Amino acid sequence: MGIDVKRDACVGAGQCALVAPDVFDQDDDGIVMLLQTDPEGADLTAATKAERLCPARAITVTAR
Amino acid sequence: MTRAPRVVVVGASIGGVTAAETLRREGFDGEIVLLGDERHRPYLRPPLSKQILLGEWEPDQASTHTVAQAEELDVELRTSCTARGLDVAGRVVRTSQGDLAYDELIVATGSEPRRHPLLPMALTLRTLEDALALRDGLRSAHRVAVVGAGVLGSEIASAARKHEADTLLLGRSGTLTLGGVGTLLSDRLARLHEDHGVELDLRAEIVGAESGLDGTRIELADGRIELVDLVVAMIGATPRTRWLDSSTLTIADGVVCDRGGSAAPGVSAVGDVAAWVDPFTGRPSRVEHQSNAIEQAIAVALRIARGELGTQPVPLFWSEVHGTRIHAYGWFDPERPLVEAAGDPGIQSGTSATDSAVLLSRDDTDRVRGAIGWNAPPRDFRAARAAVLRTPELITH
Ligand SMILES: Cc1cc2nc3c(=O)[nH]c(=O)nc-3n(C[C@H](O)[C@H](O)[C@H](O)COP(=O)(O)OP(=O)(O)OC[C@H]3O[C@@H](n4cnc5c(N)ncnc54)[C@H](O)[C@@H]3O)c2cc1C
Ligand code: SF4
Repeated sequence: MGIDVKRDACVGAGQCALVAPDVFDQDDDGIVMLLQTDPEGADLTAATKAERLCPARAITVTAR
Repeated sequence: MTRAPRVVVVGASIGGVTAAETLRREGFDGEIVLLGDERHRPYLRPPLSKQILLGEWEPDQASTHTVAQAEELDVELRTSCTARGLDVAGRVVRTSQGDLAYDELIVATGSEPRRHPLLPMALTLRTLEDALALRDGLRSAHRVAVVGAGVLGSEIASAARKHEADTLLLGRSGTLTLGGVGTLLSDRLARLHEDHGVELDLRAEIVGAESGLDGTRIELADGRIELVDLVVAMIGATPRTRWLDSSTLTIADGVVCDRGGSAAPGVSAVGDVAAWVDPFTGRPSRVEHQSNAIEQAIAVALRIARGELGTQPVPLFWSEVHGTRIHAYGWFDPERPLVEAAGDPGIQSGTSATDSAVLLSRDDTDRVRGAIGWNAPPRDFRAARAAVLRTPELITH
């Protein structure tokens, strides 16, 4: 799997869904949800950006 | 010079870690030394006043990296290493473990809590050690006084209530503040605290305090005495610049930097310690939010690794008080009351959840400068953020 999210660390800030809307969404409480686990190309680049911006460091991209 | 280029990052917390990590990922292949005076591996502070205080997380869960991830980064981490001085012209940092030459230096030494002069017995909260001591104190306390009406005072009062302690929140200015939002949410926050059983006294002038066997007596100017068994003081933070006092850097409530985080040739600063020139006011000012430290660190690392000039981060802040999640994005003019986004097509989808709102700060030309989500549905808050981003000044620099 290329992406891991720690839902218990997520603070619902929504950086991920803003910079990578095809990879991340938020549930009704704002907690991150993965829309795909193995993004490629532009989605992977965006997911990496989200990883870096996430203020809770709740996102880990393992496939680089 | 025979050695590979070396970047030294002083301060091994979120700002320093993000800078080191971004340098590596953006292809910087010289040496990176990340040094910090704490003895732990780098960790995040926001969980300290939340999951750690509530006993929901073990300290390890707040770490920024697993050991394996840290090794992969190829950054030399020096813990328990204190920077003591800086020679800007000679590009050398003096540390408790010897002198260290650098090509580029990133200052990320953060800030530290101000001590209350009349409350030497008060606990405070900045480090993991502080959080564990406070958590243990809250577990046994019956009555707690939290001094300081800022966001950390509110979060700690909220944790104290979850530990079922009688909780008194003391402020001086008559209002509650919340990060960059200032006092604009004061009334809402006051209601939230009262609904959760916090006793609020926002005009309390403390004139003395004394600790005895039965607890601490806090003496107030109006003659009242509050007897509590735990006092926590959260009255703001000061930037950790003392080690730079004898350097040639300009220090004025933080390391003064230009709009791109440069403080001097070869020296940048990021995070709580850094006062970047604000795009709206033109004045250097510090922003003490996690996302600000992250985005400033990314901007500086991109400049060093690739020569790219980054953009000024838009402030983003969150907090959680009595289970209410508050997010604030953008800039908030203290003189202009917030307006509900309800009815603003494209922003509020019309949810009716209790105590949920999207609030906007507009400037005199009616442009949205800031947005607040108060338990807001995530989609609505994201739409409000997009409205802030349409502010033209943000796109032009
Ligand atoms: C309890 C708490 C809760 C918070 N909650 C939130 C929140 O919910 N949302 C939010 O947006 N922000 C929150 N913040 C703010 C956020 O944590 C800070 O903005 C962020 O930590 C700033 O990162 P930094 O790397 O600039 O500084 P710091 O995290 O302060 O790190 C600086 C590091 O440098 C080290 N250091 C200092 N001087 C030296 C020296 N001379 N030599 C070597 N090392 C040195 C320090 O020991 C420290 O490890 C919270 C802060 C605290 C304390
Ligand atoms: S950016 Fe991080 S904290 Fe924010 S919603 Fe996404 S995963 Fe959660």
